[in-house]
Amino acid sequence: MELDDAAAVARVRAGEKDAFRLLVERHSQTIFRLAFRMMENEQDAEEIVQDTFLRAYRAIDGFESRANFGTWIYRIAVNRCYDLLDQRKSRHEVHSQEQPDGDESDLVEQIPAKDPSPERSLLSSEIEVRVRSAVKQLTAGERTAFVLRHFEGRSVEEIARVLNVREGAAKNRVHRAVQKLRQHLQPLRTFR
Amino acid sequence: MRHLADDALVLYHYHDGDDLETAKRHLASCAECRSRLDAIEEMLKLVVTPSLPERGPGYGSEVWNRIRADLLPELTKRQQSWLTMPRWAWAGVVAVLLVVVFLMGRYSSQRESPKNVATNSNFTTESPSQQVRERVLLLAVGDHLDRSQMLLVELTHASGPGEIDISREQQRAIELTDANRLYRTTAQQVGDTSIVTLLDELERVLLQVGHQPSSITAGELKKVQDSIQSQGILFKVRVVRTNVRNQSAQRPRTKSSQKKGQII
Repeated sequence: MELDDAAAVARVRAGEKDAFRLLVERHSQTIFRLAFRMMENEQDAEEIVQDTFLRAYRAIDGFESRANFGTWIYRIAVNRCYDLLDQRKSRHEVHSQEQPDGDESDLVEQIPAKDPSPERSLLSSEIEVRVRSAVKQLTAGERTAFVLRHFEGRSVEEIARVLNVREGAAKNRVHRAVQKLRQHLQPLRTFR
Repeated sequence: MRHLADDALVLYHYHDGDDLETAKRHLASCAECRSRLDAIEEMLKLVVTPSLPERGPGYGSEVWNRIRADLLPELTKRQQSWLTMPRWAWAGVVAVLLVVVFLMGRYSSQRESPKNVATNSNFTTESPSQQVRERVLLLAVGDHLDRSQMLLVELTHASGPGEIDISREQQRAIELTDANRLYRTTAQQVGDTSIVTLLDELERVLLQVGHQPSSITAGELKKVQDSIQSQGILFKVRVVRTNVRNQSAQRPRTKSSQKKGQII
């Protein structure tokens, strides 16, 4: 008989380690996808996945049986990503003034039409670098809210619950993130 | 005409606004707002994640193998807490212990002198041997209810296409039925009617599960689930389990209560 999450959690609590294996196997992909989108780095994502399950295992006695395990572990992963981003952001800000400003207008002017030529591929990857850089400018809260809304398709209500903030605050974070991205990516607008 | 603010446009893009219909109507008639929305959407299209690295179907097992070593101390702690025995073996030991303690209590109460009984009765209406029996009963019943609850929860959430293999659950139900009888008899002798009533009802459900074939259809499983739900047995088990836990925590340990009696 295939155990559902609630039954597997009950078994883990009773000391059956194999039941936790079931939960790990069932939710690893989702957590990896989220962590990669948040961290944009495979190594960090793997670290988050492992850390999330370890934390979940240690805290499983505090998990409310009526709650959804998938939501619970997702929340642990989001918080772990948030903390890591926050730590890195703080460290990064110390060096932020050293970052050179690129000349976006030059970049845009060079973007050719729609041929997948080597030049275009190169420029696409440059745009990607620019986008990555813009995303990195967001605070941990803005980035988390944006990733959950934009990539993960989570509703504002879910984001608010996961981040433990009011819905209005979650909306604001998404909006602020979009505004900042617009500012950073404005020169690329003529791309299309 | 009042234009839509930027945050309203962002909300509209993600279909999150409180009044999407109004925004939609406005956008249909306002070229300026439509153009601002296009600009936002154009920019957001650029924001894509780097392509997601492939993770095959065995990825979950890989993660498990990686974290297993780190979980080991935790697992050992959990296993030690259950005396590294399978749960059915633990139940058997508790049942035997319960019988031994019960018989010892009966034997020692026969040997207690009338003087001692009179002295103890100044402080408590129960003899120490009775307190021991009740405490052991509460602990054993608490564990029994935990295991029964787990089984019932698993059955309640079970599902699957075609024939469902419940042989493992069935075996557990049979073991729990045997233990249940023992606890019910002991509870009757101790005079705990609430536990007796619950164990009586629980036994009927456990018997029903134990008597099922090892593979059942979804319809048969539904009948078992309906039976569990209609009797509200899970709720009753939870309530009595909580009471038992509270009583067990409040009940003084016999040694200390004996010492207290001697000192006074």
